[in-house]
Amino acid sequence: MSRVLVGVKRVIDYAVKVRVKPDKTGVVTDGVKHSMNPFDEIAVEEAVKMKEKKIASEVIAVSCGPAQAQETLRTALAMGADRAIHVEVTGPAYDTLQPLHVAKILAKLSKDEKADIVIVGKQAIDDDSNQTAQMTAALLDWPQATFASKVEKTGDGLTVTREIDGGLEVIKTKLPAVVSADLRLNEPRYATLPNIMKAKKKPLKKVTPKDLGVDIAPRIKVVSVEDPPVRQAGAVVPDVDALVAKLKEGGHI
Amino acid sequence: MIKSFVKLISKNNVLEQIRYASQALPQLSSEKYNIKRKTFGTIEPSDVGYFRSILGEERVLTDESDVLPYNIDWIKNCRGQSRVVLKPRSTEEVSTILKYCNDKRLAVCPQGGNTGLVGGSVPVFDEIVISFALMNKIDTLDDLSGALVCEAGCILENLDNYVREHGLIMPLDLGAKGTCHIGGNTSTNAGGLRLLRYGNLHGSVLGIEAVKADGTVIDCLRALKKDNTGYHLKHLFIGSEGTLGLVTKVAIHCPVLPKSVNLGFFGVKNFENVLKLYKSAKSKLGEILSAFEMADFDSIDCTVKNLKLPNPISEYPFYVLVETHGSDEAHDSEKLTRFLASEMETGLIVDGTVASEPAKMQTIWNLRESIAGAGLAGGYVFKYDVSIPLKNYYDLVPILRKRLGDKALKVFGYGHVGDGNIHINVTVPQYTKEVSSLLEPYIFEEVSKVNGSISAEHGIGFRKPMYIHYSKDQSALQLMKDLKQLMDPNGILNPYKVLPDAV
Ligand SMILES: Cc1cc2nc3c(=O)[nH]c(=O)nc-3n(C[C@H](O)[C@H](O)[C@H](O)COP(=O)(O)OP(=O)(O)OC[C@H]3O[C@@H](n4cnc5c(N)ncnc54)[C@H](O)[C@@H]3O)c2cc1C
Ligand SMILES: Cc1cc2nc3c(=O)[nH]c(=O)nc-3n(C[C@H](O)[C@H](O)[C@H](O)COP(=O)(O)OP(=O)(O)OC[C@H]3O[C@@H](n4cnc5c(N)ncnc54)[C@H](O)[C@@H]3O)c2cc1C
Repeated sequence: MSRVLVGVKRVIDYAVKVRVKPDKTGVVTDGVKHSMNPFDEIAVEEAVKMKEKKIASEVIAVSCGPAQAQETLRTALAMGADRAIHVEVTGPAYDTLQPLHVAKILAKLSKDEKADIVIVGKQAIDDDSNQTAQMTAALLDWPQATFASKVEKTGDGLTVTREIDGGLEVIKTKLPAVVSADLRLNEPRYATLPNIMKAKKKPLKKVTPKDLGVDIAPRIKVVSVEDPPVRQAGAVVPDVDALVAKLKEGGHI
Repeated sequence: MIKSFVKLISKNNVLEQIRYASQALPQLSSEKYNIKRKTFGTIEPSDVGYFRSILGEERVLTDESDVLPYNIDWIKNCRGQSRVVLKPRSTEEVSTILKYCNDKRLAVCPQGGNTGLVGGSVPVFDEIVISFALMNKIDTLDDLSGALVCEAGCILENLDNYVREHGLIMPLDLGAKGTCHIGGNTSTNAGGLRLLRYGNLHGSVLGIEAVKADGTVIDCLRALKKDNTGYHLKHLFIGSEGTLGLVTKVAIHCPVLPKSVNLGFFGVKNFENVLKLYKSAKSKLGEILSAFEMADFDSIDCTVKNLKLPNPISEYPFYVLVETHGSDEAHDSEKLTRFLASEMETGLIVDGTVASEPAKMQTIWNLRESIAGAGLAGGYVFKYDVSIPLKNYYDLVPILRKRLGDKALKVFGYGHVGDGNIHINVTVPQYTKEVSSLLEPYIFEEVSKVNGSISAEHGIGFRKPMYIHYSKDQSALQLMKDLKQLMDPNGILNPYKVLPDAV
């Protein structure tokens, strides 16, 4: 049986309106509701399913971030993860924490914890990088199965269905491997009350990037964060002909 | 590329068209309920000309297909025969229109978001529809006192989004928030999901500007919490469903946006335990309790199946939704945890989930709010909205199931336990007089026996004037009639609604 490591990131809840800071260095996070990155919820769900199907022996959730990342880890524990590791990164260091850093942390923990499968969301809904799974696989020199919409255990490896442009691709990988979860992989469960209560007592270990020997000095500099352009008001046209005429008029077709 | 673009742009219109094309039009209300037209004037081309001279071409709709949606109510039970829709943009325009209509004895039907559930918002015969859709401007917001002043046609959800930017929320919230207007809410004294916490509109509406039938503008628009100067006239327009005057502006008190919100969704074994849980929630959660809602198995089952929504927990005979609004996350979550631990121990809560993440909470609320529309997917729904003393709250549901047998697809009950208000829905493949006569007046008689109200929050509208006497006695009805006579002597405002002909 495998040991599964799942990455869970705390992000601004997707139902919240995101605001750019006046100085354009980032977005406002103070006093804003956060929750687990939705793709990471899917990753946790898949890991927990693996445990229920006896493919996995243990599920370890990992989150890098400030103290509140522990709330996200508790959510993962309530969903069914067995234990959690909080990699504490705070203040300005957290502002500049990048996918490569997280990948290095996940790679190191995978080795330390003797994980066979790493599952992360395909991207985080805040910075939309879509890099962590790939970089982690590269650092570990493990096969990667990204954008998974179905994961099955076959023989001593995994058969993974991937969502690609125009259809589905089915691949087989050996273990250990890194998987990234796409939207249709599963429907994450709501933690039940008894499990929410139990999660409060599950083990949660705190480490720092330094403990893991990972340098988190920034590699990328954010120059400026801008609001998307305000959408112009639409106009109602009576029929398709009028619409086509308007589009021609605007030089769109 | 261009194809999908066209699809996107016209999506809403297409949906509307499908809505009306795929379903047979509801029968005309006048035929279905055997109503006689009163002796009002009939609209002449010259009248339309006059309206155009005030509002311009675009704000006077006369095209049959343009007018049709204004003639049909949300549950597709009523259909009127209006041929003219007017869309004023200011109080002055409303006043000019009414003065003209009153002089010519032309009847009018005010319409907000047309989400009303008792047929009050659509005409019965050829009443002129006065739509408030374009009166959607916000005047002022005082973020210290919380007083918001706006026009009647502002959509509730837009107002809520607006005041949230200023650290406030609207004092009411209901499933129809994306469509209903604050003027419609006021005119129906809408209750909704958080009445338990923030009280009803007689408390939160601070002031009203309204236009009487003869065009006189009544200015009671002070945005004051306290104003004991003479009679409290604003209350005449709260809940009078457009029969005493047209509401053009509203001043309303907005409470502070809670810093900490939690939502629990629980499975409960039986109704007795729902009540026990309510009692416990009131004492253990105290001042942070902001909603206590319940739904039976069939309510949720029908919503999950018909609308393909996820149920976050397993299946249970009853579901309870508990929300808290507070100012301190740690404090609230500690209280909630203690409440949950204790009620799981007692077994009042069999299972469930809690969330404090906005997206998750929205999914759970959405399930609860969608029950109202879920039955429609299966055919026709008879909807009842009654107040019943809590100990008898759910009694009617099993009684009706037995009474209707296989004549109904489903009979289900859900609602605002905290306010003693249950919604009972009876779904049938299509409307029949037979089922109707098994339900009415039976339900109202039963409600009257326990001193309940035959209409807790939806109003009387077109569908219930003949039953109003089950909840109001002769003396009260006579005074209502006298008020109507005083304020609208020609009876042009929303005729055939609220008051029965014979009192
Ligand atoms: C999905 C759904 C959920 C709902 N949930 C609730 C709920 O939880 N609680 C609750 O109380 N109600 C609920 N309702 C019904 C509720 O009464 C209406 O949604 C709302 O309050 C009516 O607002 P509206 O703008 O749509 O008014 P309309 O339906 O347009 O009109 C309602 C009545 O008010 C009159 N009116 C409208 N605007 C004015 C005006 N400016 N001046 C004078 N008269 C006017 C109309 O003539 C009519 O008699 C629900 C309805 C739906 C469809
Ligand atoms: C020390 C003090 C403190 C006060 N503090 C406040 C305060 O904090 N807030 C506040 O709002 N007010 C306050 N008041 C004034 C307040 O209006 C009265 O105290 C109280 O509400 C009136 O009640 P009452 O029974 O004394 O009525 P009365 O003084 O007897 O009557 C008041 C009015 O009501 C009429 N009335 C009385 N009974 C009836 C009835 N049954 N039917 C019809 N009409 C009736 C009377 O004709 C009269 O017009 C205060 C007064 C005092 C002396």
